[in-house]
Amino acid sequence: MSEKTKKDAYKSYLDETGGRKGIFKWILSTDHKRIGLLYLYSIMGWFFIGVVLGVLMKLELIAPGQTIMGAQAYNATFTVHGVIMIFLIVIPGLPAVFGNFLLPLQIGAPDVAFPKLNLFSWYIYVFGSILVVSSLFAGGGPPDTGWTFYAPYSFKTGTNMLPAVLGAFVLGFSSILTGLNFIVTIHRMRAPGMTWMKMPLFPWTIYGTGWIQLLATPVVGITLLMVIGERIFNIGFFDPAKGGDPILYQHLFWIYSHPAVYIMILPAMGAISEIIPTFAKKTIYGYRAIVISTMAIAFVGYFVWGHHMFTSGMSGTALFTFSLLTFIVAIPSAIKVFNWVSTMYQGSISTEVPFLWAASFIFVFLVGGLTGLVLGALATDVHVHDTAFVVGHFHFIVFGGTGFAFFGALHYWFPKIYGRMYDKSWARTGWVIFLIGFIGLYGPMFYLGMKGMPRRYFDYLPEYHGPNILSSFGALIMVTGFIIIVINLINSARSGKKAEANPWGGTNLEWQVPSPPSLLNFDEIPTIDKAPYKYD
Amino acid sequence: MSYVHRDDTGSKMAMWLFIFTELLLFGGLFITYAVYRYLHPEAFHLAGQELDVTIGTINTVILLISSATIAMSITAIQQKKKKLSLFLIGTTIVLALIFLVNKYFEWGAKFEHGIFPGSEYLDQLGYGDTLFFGLYFFMTGLHAFHIIIGMAVLGFMFYFVKIDRLTHDNFQLLENGGLYWHLVDLIWIFLFPLFYLIA
Repeated sequence: MSEKTKKDAYKSYLDETGGRKGIFKWILSTDHKRIGLLYLYSIMGWFFIGVVLGVLMKLELIAPGQTIMGAQAYNATFTVHGVIMIFLIVIPGLPAVFGNFLLPLQIGAPDVAFPKLNLFSWYIYVFGSILVVSSLFAGGGPPDTGWTFYAPYSFKTGTNMLPAVLGAFVLGFSSILTGLNFIVTIHRMRAPGMTWMKMPLFPWTIYGTGWIQLLATPVVGITLLMVIGERIFNIGFFDPAKGGDPILYQHLFWIYSHPAVYIMILPAMGAISEIIPTFAKKTIYGYRAIVISTMAIAFVGYFVWGHHMFTSGMSGTALFTFSLLTFIVAIPSAIKVFNWVSTMYQGSISTEVPFLWAASFIFVFLVGGLTGLVLGALATDVHVHDTAFVVGHFHFIVFGGTGFAFFGALHYWFPKIYGRMYDKSWARTGWVIFLIGFIGLYGPMFYLGMKGMPRRYFDYLPEYHGPNILSSFGALIMVTGFIIIVINLINSARSGKKAEANPWGGTNLEWQVPSPPSLLNFDEIPTIDKAPYKYD
Repeated sequence: MSYVHRDDTGSKMAMWLFIFTELLLFGGLFITYAVYRYLHPEAFHLAGQELDVTIGTINTVILLISSATIAMSITAIQQKKKKLSLFLIGTTIVLALIFLVNKYFEWGAKFEHGIFPGSEYLDQLGYGDTLFFGLYFFMTGLHAFHIIIGMAVLGFMFYFVKIDRLTHDNFQLLENGGLYWHLVDLIWIFLFPLFYLIA
């Protein structure tokens, strides 16, 4: 066969329809790459709703007093914003989109271990997210408890709690099954020669995430079921009037929801660990340290949940222990930051778009992480607890961490996914505007929190007006940047110029196959004989 | 053409991982039980005596036998005894059904005495009783729900053995179904002493 006919015969996964037409070639396909994209599109769809709700909140806070909505509407807005952003977007985000697309490619496998289960997980995800979003429209008005569904209010309020809580429960199932699938895939389907310590870092973080998804999610599952039991059967688990203990709810909730933060951030760290060596053209510094710190975060992350409850009422011993453990869990994250920076040191850095996202990730992650220590220390936490400071910290670490890594990963693997390159100057413009808006939006919150502005109020004292205006304008700037990024990517996916197999000079397996990859990824399963990230 | 891949070890591993998640699901309830028992030892003691140990014991024996029959059905299929395997899976399903019938009468009797979540009678009895019976109905109810799921799973296994999709050299799915059934059994082994015997 000549070289040319060989090329013509090549069929990418996007050309492979399996005999199905239109939307069915997507929603019936068990190809991990198509499923990853299904997640990408559904997550992006929900993200728009979440962003709109967020912008509405910032518009309400642009001036003291009622601006565009009243107290009840504001409560509903921040609740649904939180539920959508947490359960529908950042928890599935990186593992479901990039984990699905890349995991088999990076470990040299034709697919995940259970392709049908994988597709089924997506259907559960869609079902759960529709339940959650339906709570906005049906019944006694949108839920108003905050995304944490704190008892006893969550079963006393007359609003439409049931679909939201049930939806979060269903989404947990999707998360568990995805994690399970990935763990088995990594254990069983690594290419010959790829020992654990030759596995790239993104699969490593997916592995740690998988364990958290598996071992933490059931706890929130049962907790949400108990809230449903409270609402329907009036049992009394968390109802002080019946002898129940609302603090117990908080414990059970955070036993999951704190590790869930690591579900969000670990794969983000994995993506950054892929991007930085590629654009520094240098082997990652301290591969082993990153692997160990990944697993350490996954492990220690289980034992810090109490730091969400410093002011809820716990014994002094518990307070000290949780505070200490919180400081300990910060260490492996710091190790990673040092490793990334050391990787860049004396590297030949090219400031392509993914690198810009990764570098800005390190910055916002650092701010988010260090302000987290302010909250993890007992005395300072009492001062800033439940203030705008917490909102600022949370958005820096979760939106700044996971969000920046997500966009970085999207710009890094975009040519692999679609086989086309995006317009780099627009992507860069979008990034600059987004970053300025982001800091403008969340930066002032630290100041406001220190000054004592509480979170979750639709109104504030006039003395907080200045920073709030800055924050609201920051939101509008950030959304402008976001729109530029998305439009650029959509246009480029349709008509960008063709990308080569390895546009960035990456070293991992996914760059050794054509862009976009074929249905089964590899013509023959490769044999691995060297450690990842080797530049000779 | 989609990718076909058979990996019995991987499949068994996935089942064990799923079983972990189920144990943790009940784990949340066991913690709740421990906390409230610690807070109301007297009431939990007295309320436990209200439960019928005889029916509880019978149900325990039924579940233990059903675990044995499903294990035997896996051995039977390995020895190419298809009919015996079908019979044993069928027996397991019937035993599960008997368990549920017993449970129905047990719950029914409690309901007649005005003991059910949110009842006025329970509110009069006090915090400990409300929480004990709240946990009792919630945990045994969730367990009964798992029995029903298990029966559906075993129903599929019966069908798959019948149409020879599961055979002596390809029976991992039946083994996974069996593992799930053992899990349902195991949870009951913990529920039974916690509610019926520690009194």
